[in-house]
Amino acid sequence: MYKQPSFWLTLIALVVFFAFISYAQNNFDAYVIRIMNVAAIYVILGVSLNLINGFTGQFSLGHAGFMAIGAYASALLYMSPELKAMNFFIKPLIWPLNRIQIPFFPALLIGGLLAAGAGFLVGAPCMRVKGDYLAIVTYGFSEIIRVLFNNLQSVTNGPLGLKGLPTYTNLWWSWGWAVFTVFFIKRLIDSSYGRALKAIRDNEEAAEAMGVNLFYHKTLAFVVGAFFAGIAGGLLGSLVMTIDPNAFNIMLTFQIVLIVLLGGLGSITGTVISGVLIAVLMEWLRIVETPMKIFGITIPGISGMRMLIFSIILMISVLFFRHGILGDREFSWQGVISFFKRRQSNRGG
Amino acid sequence: MAILKLDKVTKKFGGLVAVNNVSLELEQGQLAGLIGPNGAGKTTIFNVITGVYRPDSGKVYFMGIDITKKKPHEIAALGIARTFQNIKLFHRMSVLDNVRVACHFRLKASVFSAVLDLPKYAREEREMTKESLDLLEAVGLKQLANESAGSLPYGYQRKLEIARALATRPKILLLDEPAAGMNPEETAELMRFIKRIRDEFGLTILLIEHDMKVVMGICEKITVLDHGCVIAEGSPKEIQNNPEVIKAYLGSGVYARS
Ligand SMILES: Nc1ncnc2c1ncn2[C@@H]1O[C@H](COP(=O)(O)OP(=O)(O)OP(=O)(O)O)[C@@H](O)[C@H]1O
Ligand SMILES: [Mg+2]
Repeated sequence: MYKQPSFWLTLIALVVFFAFISYAQNNFDAYVIRIMNVAAIYVILGVSLNLINGFTGQFSLGHAGFMAIGAYASALLYMSPELKAMNFFIKPLIWPLNRIQIPFFPALLIGGLLAAGAGFLVGAPCMRVKGDYLAIVTYGFSEIIRVLFNNLQSVTNGPLGLKGLPTYTNLWWSWGWAVFTVFFIKRLIDSSYGRALKAIRDNEEAAEAMGVNLFYHKTLAFVVGAFFAGIAGGLLGSLVMTIDPNAFNIMLTFQIVLIVLLGGLGSITGTVISGVLIAVLMEWLRIVETPMKIFGITIPGISGMRMLIFSIILMISVLFFRHGILGDREFSWQGVISFFKRRQSNRGG
Repeated sequence: MAILKLDKVTKKFGGLVAVNNVSLELEQGQLAGLIGPNGAGKTTIFNVITGVYRPDSGKVYFMGIDITKKKPHEIAALGIARTFQNIKLFHRMSVLDNVRVACHFRLKASVFSAVLDLPKYAREEREMTKESLDLLEAVGLKQLANESAGSLPYGYQRKLEIARALATRPKILLLDEPAAGMNPEETAELMRFIKRIRDEFGLTILLIEHDMKVVMGICEKITVLDHGCVIAEGSPKEIQNNPEVIKAYLGSGVYARS
């Protein structure tokens, strides 16, 4: 594969992309950088949920729960003991978490791995439930995490959440992880394992009859999806600097579902595009929540208006764009090359 | 010794006894038929053999091992493959990928090795692809390898299902009404094809058929089922002249769909 032109084209594209990221990190203003960071996190979330929902056909609503686990676990590891002591003023943080501090990267990884563990626990019993029931069970899981984190005062600081988190998340981390997520999941779904996942999506009974171990492969999708959701949660925590259990509610999951639906169930390219799009739109729509003056009439800002608009977009996309932006088509260098070849021959002829 | 043996198998759905105390034996290399009117319990027997249903009583033995409680994917891995009455392809996947899925359970390389495309995985992937393309060639679908399975015409879908089943490298192939929806010429062609793959791949085949005439020509042994019970067993000649069978088939016109 290393001799194929697409390998070199990808390599060149990546070098150019990260040169741009490096330039952006040093020259763009903080507001734009923040949106770009959010975009990367949305890409990770969308692509990882698409693995479970789009490629394996297991409709999961558990992503916010996995994110919460990643966000809390990593924050509790990379925060300094002093910062933890300041946060946990009602009930002290349990030992040994109150003593340890590790660098950002291993903290993120551990957060991801714990989320993956939760993914296993959710994915395993999900063998017994399908369709709507699976959606309910995974949603239930994510609610349990939220309630649990609200009440584990000496571990999570309860509803007060964690404040003043150090901002390690930058464009390098966020887009580095986003690129890795896309790489990992794209390679996974193009492999023999990915074919087994898609076979389960298309026809579970036939897949099983052809020797596909349903338990192993469904849990595989959940574990991998949850791992990246946990990483995204960790990145998000260190970006917004404050986390509390209620931030990881069903609206967050809906937002990710919207990214997947808009991008196309089963299209990674589409999900990347819609992840970036939604991040930008989400910021842009803040306007509707601030008071406005139109023709001398003052319209008070209504908070939650953004989510209303989002829900409408979600409904429209489900009703009219069943297959999202790209359906299940994917970007490929072959496609680009043949596109330009066709244009050239058109001009010539 | 019989390669497959059903020993007094009973399967009930609520009050309905779909399969009633059925015993059946297949000899290595045999091409056997399972016939019977609508709702006789033919498909249910396949589902019991392949582990989709657990029988209420009785046992299933494959090459001497008790497989009654095994899961469908384990039974497939042991060497029993099937097709479905109402075709069940992976319709959004390519023709080639449909066949490659059935090679997957033999893959030894880990997930990480697959994601990183390490040499160990790359070699296995090449082997799976080659084997699948060879099978597609054997059933005459090689030139359609990159088409989406859902877009194939009906007759090709049936053949693809057989190619996919062969990719599990089965010892026994269970075919559930492979000729359904085909005209007499297509059916005759299919029956020749089935005989050919039996010889070529050294298979034992159990074939469900609705229409008695179809199996008469090719099956060496026929089992007749009615209302879940075996009512006759023997060579095509014996079956043809069996009064019980004639009664069941004549009666089915009256009772089957009531
Ligand atoms: N999952 C199920 N739940 C309840 N009843 C079932 C189930 N599967 C089959 N049956 C019933 O069991 C009986 C036998 O069904 P089966 O599908 O085995 O018949 P068949 O011989 O394959 O018929 P056909 O020629 O129509 O395919 C039928 O009365 C059917 O309605
Ligand atoms: Mg049937």
